[in-house]
Amino acid sequence: MGRKILLEHENVPGIETLEVYRKMGGYRAAEKAIKSMAPDDVTEEVKKAGLRGRGGAGFPAGMKWSFIDKKSDKPRYLVCNADESEPGTFKDRYLMEKIPHALVEGMIVSSYALGAKTSYIYIRGEYFYVLRILEKAIAEAYEAGLLGKNIFGTDYSLDLYVQIGGGAYICGEETALLESLEGKRGNPRMKPPFPAISGLYASPTVVNNVETIAAVPHIVNMSGDEYAKIGIERSTGTKLISASGHINKPGVYEIELGLPVEEFIYSDEYCGGIKDGRKLKAMIAGGSSVPILPAHLITKTANGDARLMTYESLSDGGFASGTMLGSGGFIIMDETACIVRHTWTLARFYHHESCGQCSPCREGTGWMEKVLHRIEHGHGTMKDIDLLVDISKKIEGNTICPLGDAAAWPVASAIRHFREEFEYHVLNPEKIKDPKHFEKEPFVSSVTQNA
Amino acid sequence: MAKVTIDGVEIEVPDGTTILNAARSAGGDIVPPAMCYYSKLEGSGGKCRTCLVKVTQGSTNDPRPMPKLVPSCRTNVMDGMVVENITSPQVLEARKGVVEFLLINHPLDCPICDQAGECDLQNLGFKHGAVNTRFEEERRTYEKIDIGDKIKLHMDRCILCYRCTFVADQVAEGGRCHGVINRGDHAEISTYIEKAIDSDFSGNMIDVCPVGALTDKTARFGSRVWFTKPMDAHRDCDHPKCSGKVVVWEKGDEILRVTGRKDQYNEVESFICNTCRFEKKKTSDWVIEGPRHIDRKSVVSLNHYEHLKDIKEDILKYQKQISENLNKG
Amino acid sequence: MSEIAFSAEAMEVVKKIIKRYPEGRQKSALLPVLHVAQAEFDGWLSPEVMDYVASILEIKPIEVYEVASFYTMYNLQPVGKCLLEVCQTGPCMLNGADDLVAYLENKLNIKVGETTTDGMFTLKTVECLGSCGTAPMLQCGADYHENLTNEKADALIEKLRTDNKRSRYC
Ligand SMILES: Cc1cc2nc3c(=O)[nH]c(=O)nc-3n(C[C@H](O)[C@H](O)[C@H](O)COP(=O)(O)O)c2cc1C
Ligand code: SF4
Ligand code: SF4
Ligand code: FES
Ligand code: FES
Repeated sequence: MGRKILLEHENVPGIETLEVYRKMGGYRAAEKAIKSMAPDDVTEEVKKAGLRGRGGAGFPAGMKWSFIDKKSDKPRYLVCNADESEPGTFKDRYLMEKIPHALVEGMIVSSYALGAKTSYIYIRGEYFYVLRILEKAIAEAYEAGLLGKNIFGTDYSLDLYVQIGGGAYICGEETALLESLEGKRGNPRMKPPFPAISGLYASPTVVNNVETIAAVPHIVNMSGDEYAKIGIERSTGTKLISASGHINKPGVYEIELGLPVEEFIYSDEYCGGIKDGRKLKAMIAGGSSVPILPAHLITKTANGDARLMTYESLSDGGFASGTMLGSGGFIIMDETACIVRHTWTLARFYHHESCGQCSPCREGTGWMEKVLHRIEHGHGTMKDIDLLVDISKKIEGNTICPLGDAAAWPVASAIRHFREEFEYHVLNPEKIKDPKHFEKEPFVSSVTQNA
Repeated sequence: MAKVTIDGVEIEVPDGTTILNAARSAGGDIVPPAMCYYSKLEGSGGKCRTCLVKVTQGSTNDPRPMPKLVPSCRTNVMDGMVVENITSPQVLEARKGVVEFLLINHPLDCPICDQAGECDLQNLGFKHGAVNTRFEEERRTYEKIDIGDKIKLHMDRCILCYRCTFVADQVAEGGRCHGVINRGDHAEISTYIEKAIDSDFSGNMIDVCPVGALTDKTARFGSRVWFTKPMDAHRDCDHPKCSGKVVVWEKGDEILRVTGRKDQYNEVESFICNTCRFEKKKTSDWVIEGPRHIDRKSVVSLNHYEHLKDIKEDILKYQKQISENLNKG
Repeated sequence: MSEIAFSAEAMEVVKKIIKRYPEGRQKSALLPVLHVAQAEFDGWLSPEVMDYVASILEIKPIEVYEVASFYTMYNLQPVGKCLLEVCQTGPCMLNGADDLVAYLENKLNIKVGETTTDGMFTLKTVECLGSCGTAPMLQCGADYHENLTNEKADALIEKLRTDNKRSRYC
């Protein structure tokens, strides 16, 4: 059994209540930090722990905290990113729903470290029922004196609120999130300035993912050095993985970073193997934005090393033969999956979610979707496949925010690794039959037949 | 002061200057094209991505190159920075991409557009675009709408530069009542429910619009811009914020329209009020100073009308192709 | 149409929301208040309702239109009593979202985007709802209905019909 930290008590009855959470050791870290540690010491522990952002980019959390502008006379803010809209990702929802106090305590400890007196959790609009769960937990914490004025009788005070979104993936991008929290359209801001200098209400702000923040109390409890012993290389600690697609046991799993991908897919402790004993065809390891990998690059890297669930190993080989850990949205496709259709749904997603501010993303995402739609429905040409690659190249790197890249990578990587399947669609339109909806008989491509 | 090298040209500018403005201070071919930035509108820029450049050396202190192309209109120079604009194939390729993106949903109606000849997009297309479009999908189309009795919006042509919204926020009085609604490629300029834009300075939205999306309904165009004679003119306007300095577009004794005076980057020198723009249509309203000297490299100044013929032929060819395809089923 | 105004309870909620932000930052309340408004006024935001929200938050009506039209959860047109939002993104597609959509279209005798003639159901497809491990799924109001099969979908529709209540997020 791998070590569990965040989800250690996931199955304890009543763990969503303050009473049980405290019984299991909850709020010890908050008390320790606020009563006996200086704010900068907390940051120091987080640095030592090597904790990296769990929202997708993997930026070291302690380093981000140390960038916050301490000279500014404006209030500082901590904003938790609970927007979780990256397809394939549902771990924050699970954590907040099961153990809401884990996030509340994390917010208290992290806000203390940053010197924030007001903090917000920005949660995606569709998670309204989770908002209610969080609000309940927050009310309990206020009642117990864990939030509000003079926490633990010290002179540290903190107000914590949950803000609901309105349905927009782009609000997961931290500056779009801040715009949205200010009651505006979710148009990402241009950087610099970075939020640490000018964020919410033009004040110094840190934005962190739910899982990142929830890890902080554990780091305070066990010490940064201890936390850094879990995992390997620069991938320290544990990570929540949302597993979906064609596997026997979809769900949220906490893994120690460093677990072999093969074990994660096939062991009964995790995904339990491919559904109905079918063959593995493709994997998206870190949410829909990261490159898709074909079967032969999933459990082994291009050099033949075992592929591990770490930031480094998953990206081994760069874009030619690697991918990214991203948000930990782990999507598995078996031999019946149609890569073209899957890629089209993702292109449609990014088209739907582009904020429309900058021209390459606004126009390019729609264009890619339309071309993919044509190919998927049997009206594509060979030239269209190259056109897609070219459009993706012209978006990538040229946009205001990384959504442009996120839209380009899935298309580019699907063609890189599964070009034959796109060509099959072009050459065999009669087998596609303009399906309005996915046909009962799953599409079997030449690629899979040969495999 | 900071010293920056753009395409080999060394320029010294005050700290805090953007790469674009540094280039403009030297002028010539090293100036990146700008479709959304407008020096007189705070917060503008960064969106269209036509002004992307490559920074091959960040500064003397930190000589590392920047990992991605950067928008020159929103990136400040650093001392010792080295920038490539037209000397970078990567920049030219990206720019070609941006032009193509801006054009895929843009109507092919240059020959009938009243901005033709002074359209930044048209100029940009000539300079940086690819000849043939690879876009085979259906274009977005919108109804033309009146926003107020003086301004018409052709949303088809809009490139969502946001400039008009900045004018409404920063120049026009009485607050903004139009904006960008919807998102992604459905985003559009709109008042949402039909409302007249009603402010003394709203007409400036027409001048800042880089394309023919916002047009002057009071302009009397029978002819294309290059047949009219632009003349610098002024009047003693009693609006305290109006300079009264304009360009009147004459044909014979008639004033077909009044606009602000635009510089070589197609930006107005000063904003003018709606009375000057929309109501003063007699030569006797104005003191005429003399012909407007246009030194910007535009279709008008370069006598590029020939290209328009090409475009028109392209369109006709394209239309023919479409109808043939349609007939084929 | 009668004068638009929040009920006393809703007004209480709105006031509490506005208090979460610093002085002068009441515009921050816009997204949550629009949710309250949508729940109060028949599940959609008419221009009149948006103007009302603008007046409460002391902002310009266009600021409300810009925001309401950006986010997908705000309905700018009337919708059926129960809004069925079926996720159709990749992971759900892999596990039969398309079949579910087809089944619902057939069962309700409407296409995606349409409302049943009795005004009871509107069928909508949406992008990933963060429920990919329990696909296929749909959201109706605040409730997630997961691991759906045709039988479960039948039971759900039946229940919604019997309850005959407007679906709402809050
Ligand atoms: C288009 C886009 C969507 C994103 N969505 C999320 C999200 O839903 N949740 C999240 O935590 N981070 C998301 N991010 C990453 C955030 O911008 C930011 O890096 C993160 O919240 C920082 O927190 P972390 O360092 O703790 O990961 C997204 C980024 C982009 C570009
Ligand atoms: S890349 Fe896309 S989502 Fe990001 S700012 Fe540009 S248009 Fe908006
Ligand atoms: S109408 Fe003109 S000025 Fe306004 S956003 Fe569109 S292109 Fe820019
Ligand atoms: S002018 Fe710089 S991005 Fe538009
Ligand atoms: S893809 Fe449907 S919930 Fe994520």
